[in-house]
Amino acid sequence: MIHEPWIGKLDAYLDGELASGEMQDLDRHLRECPECAAESLRRVQWKRAIHSAGQRFVADPALRERIRRQISKGDGRRLSWRWWPAFAAPLLLLLLLAGAALLQQNTRRTRNNQLVGELVDLHVSVLASASPADVVSTDRHTVKPWFEGKIPFTFNLPELQGTSFELVGGRVSYLQQSPGAELIFRVRKHQISVFIFQERAVPSDLARNVEIEARSFHLEMFERDGLRYFVIGDAAPEDLRALSELLKHAK
Amino acid sequence: MSVAEERLSAASFEQLAMPLFDRLYNFAHWLSRNRDEAEDLVQETYAKALKGFASFEPGTNFRAWMFRILRNTFLNSRTGMKAATVPIDSPDEDPALPVETETPETILIDRASERILQEAIEELPLPYREALLLCEVEEMSYQEIAAALAIPIGTVMSRLSRARRALRELVRQKQGGNIR
Repeated sequence: MIHEPWIGKLDAYLDGELASGEMQDLDRHLRECPECAAESLRRVQWKRAIHSAGQRFVADPALRERIRRQISKGDGRRLSWRWWPAFAAPLLLLLLLAGAALLQQNTRRTRNNQLVGELVDLHVSVLASASPADVVSTDRHTVKPWFEGKIPFTFNLPELQGTSFELVGGRVSYLQQSPGAELIFRVRKHQISVFIFQERAVPSDLARNVEIEARSFHLEMFERDGLRYFVIGDAAPEDLRALSELLKHAK
Repeated sequence: MSVAEERLSAASFEQLAMPLFDRLYNFAHWLSRNRDEAEDLVQETYAKALKGFASFEPGTNFRAWMFRILRNTFLNSRTGMKAATVPIDSPDEDPALPVETETPETILIDRASERILQEAIEELPLPYREALLLCEVEEMSYQEIAAALAIPIGTVMSRLSRARRALRELVRQKQGGNIR
């Protein structure tokens, strides 16, 4: 015989859902009533059986890993922002380096422009001068020795016989406070200045063997025996190149 | 949400949610009765929970929250919608069930009949099955079950009562009335 009103509360009792007062009352009744105690025991066994039977399905471990990755991927979607602090410093450094390179490039371009401008100015001053050369001679064996002791280097002048070029003379010139030789040539009424300076007088990053146009003048640069040659004038570029070739191979 | 908060959030989520994985999968399989669907359910549950983790109120029941997401996801699936339309014998609002009068023989069950018990659980209507499993397998309180199923506690109690009775009836039928 199962006693009312306890039986209606037995499930809630076994589920631990009765209020403490009712719990104590039912505890007391179960200790005194074998029928209700037996019913309680059977229901406990039933609950245990369902608990055991209910733990039936086991997940594939691969699913767990997929979900872990899914959670990580969820993080990964925000990776660019999440890891922003980690990338910020290198990125900033990269930007600074790029900026510095750009600045350096601009600075170099400005310095090159200044150098070319200075050479053009020297050439123009020769054109404007009534006596452009300190040594006036068409003979290379006169002009070359004239520079001895005046500049800290020596150079070779080409034999111009049989060419369209004529040596006019030369003078000492200065570039970036360094002394050098300025040679004046003429080709079909065009005057060409050839500046020769030591390498160290010229910025090392100055473009070499390039043709530059500045203020309608053409400029050719090249290097030979540690010396930098600048050939500038309003003659045709091919004339400047031809003269440059002669100078390169002068002995 | 700041970067640090997001990182903490994901780490916290994993820490809280992954220990529930086996239980969620088991429940999902019981609901869907199909391995592939259960896997999809669990995966989708985690995705939704992670996405909505910011809305989870600390201090409330995380386990119930996860099971609720799983159950809602299931109800929105084709299988879930179909299962939800299966009528149950008595509406939840029915008055309290009469006192059960089974004899001790009819409610005893031993380990040998676990398979029959599993089949019987599987055949329970969804509202009974889910309430019974959350109570007996997950050992949730009525309060937690109410939160997970989004129903009042009174409904939880009546569903549990009906589920237990229905289960015993199903087991009895399967054993041909020879339950020891």
